[in-house]
Amino acid sequence: MGLVESGKLPKPLTSLLNTSRKYSIWIFQWGLACCAIEMGAALGSPRYDVMRLGVIPLPASPRQADLVCFSGTVTDKMVPSIRRLYDQMPDPKYVISMGSCANCGGPYWDSYSVTKGVDQIVPVDVYVPGCPPRPEALLEGIVLLQERIGKEDMAERWRGEPIVVS
Amino acid sequence: MAAITDRQRLAYANAQAADGRVNLEFETDEGMTLNMGPQHPATHGTLRIVVKLDGEQVLSCEPVMGYMHRGYEKLTEVRTYPQVTTLINRIDWLGSFANEVPFILAAERLMEIEAPPRAQWIRTALFELSRIANISLFVGDMALHIGAMTAAFYAFRDREFVLNQIEAATGGRFHPNFDRIGGLKDDLPKGWIADTKAAMERIRDFCDEMEILVEGNEIFEARTRGIGVIPAEVAMQFGLTGANLRASGVDWDLRRDEPVGLAWNEVDWNVITHPDGDSFARFWVRLQEIRESTRIVDQLLDGLPAGPYMAKVPRIIKVPEGEAWVATENPLGEMGYYVVSQGGLGPFRVKIRTASFNNVSVVPWVCRGVYVPDVITILASLYFILGDIDR
Repeated sequence: MGLVESGKLPKPLTSLLNTSRKYSIWIFQWGLACCAIEMGAALGSPRYDVMRLGVIPLPASPRQADLVCFSGTVTDKMVPSIRRLYDQMPDPKYVISMGSCANCGGPYWDSYSVTKGVDQIVPVDVYVPGCPPRPEALLEGIVLLQERIGKEDMAERWRGEPIVVS
Repeated sequence: MAAITDRQRLAYANAQAADGRVNLEFETDEGMTLNMGPQHPATHGTLRIVVKLDGEQVLSCEPVMGYMHRGYEKLTEVRTYPQVTTLINRIDWLGSFANEVPFILAAERLMEIEAPPRAQWIRTALFELSRIANISLFVGDMALHIGAMTAAFYAFRDREFVLNQIEAATGGRFHPNFDRIGGLKDDLPKGWIADTKAAMERIRDFCDEMEILVEGNEIFEARTRGIGVIPAEVAMQFGLTGANLRASGVDWDLRRDEPVGLAWNEVDWNVITHPDGDSFARFWVRLQEIRESTRIVDQLLDGLPAGPYMAKVPRIIKVPEGEAWVATENPLGEMGYYVVSQGGLGPFRVKIRTASFNNVSVVPWVCRGVYVPDVITILASLYFILGDIDR
């Protein structure tokens, strides 16, 4: 247990650490369904250009990522892989759940093969609603997450409530 | 008889080697097993592929599906007809509007309603717009898989112009849900036709750009020419449809052969085929199809008939007893709905035939004996969408 995790870091150092963390997020794109294309548009297209926010969308594996974006329908068959890859990510790690399917099942709320929300498997920091959300909505989710990281007290990390983009 | 040049001899030897690779039967159990997916950038989402390797050569390649199975066919049984279109939009999520059309046509056939001409023409135009939005992403995506990242950025940039037009007309960027039994939800907004023509102009520029940027690239040609050859007979045996079949030299397009209740027959366009059947042919055919689609859209908008956009339908839609099968040529291939109605508010049973399921079934055949990087090329060029495979 280091200084950071125990919450004994002096205030200026904490804010310096948080500022540098929030502008160097490596986001792992977990594209599952339709939202994957909108995520691709948000992260990979010149019109939305996520890199201006200090987010790098190209980690080679979840082991190098700080943030994972689950975009799309989570099926029961997919659940073990999601949990496993989430466990492989280094702490501190953040999760964005993009789209109605990943939030709560969406239009497949009564389907036999769909998991009703990725938050049953992993803790979620930001829910981005929409079916699919526009790329701007995902960008706003990322900005809200950055605000949260900026204000973060490492010791209280897990006690916070998830952010909802309205 | 003219002497055979060295160049011809080399081409012949290469063709023989490629033939031998494809036809070779591998029966050994040795080798390394490589698991690609279920989350892999080269598999368009959540397809998992188990590849058995001998060194760099693929002994067998098996796609594992079901990671995106959402139970559409079961869900349609508990939805009413207007609700079903919301669901089936999301089967092939890149060409959403094209998914609605065959289902609506099947329901209209059961109810013996015909949409007014204006609705049919707008439907066809939106159908082609969603084809452009779908395939322009393929162009960038395939180049990305081969290692050319720039093309993907261009594709995302120019695709936005088409999405803007779809959004302006329907209100939805991705999932329009615009089709109604008997017509359309709304008429076209003011100024839409001129804007769409400007967008089509941009898309044609995009095609030119991609031809220079990607097709003329030596590395791209080396990685796609002669890779993943699917002969016409094999393509037909596996039930391939769409551009994959046309790239094998089969002149088959449901838009021309069976234009059920849509306006493709009214305009002038060509079916694009290519005799080679390799990855390059599949890329080339799709790129040319974008061009043809822009032509179709332009002509449709020029000759758009006036009149109502909605036929007279009862407020509560009840479909009489019966069965109907309607298939159309979607961006990925033939997509058909077999709707069984028992007179209720919703369908009794819907069988959905999607193109990607058959297109992927050829992967084990075509991947035998190729090298690992070629598997990526072949998967990219076959172009499937996971929602379309698993439903």
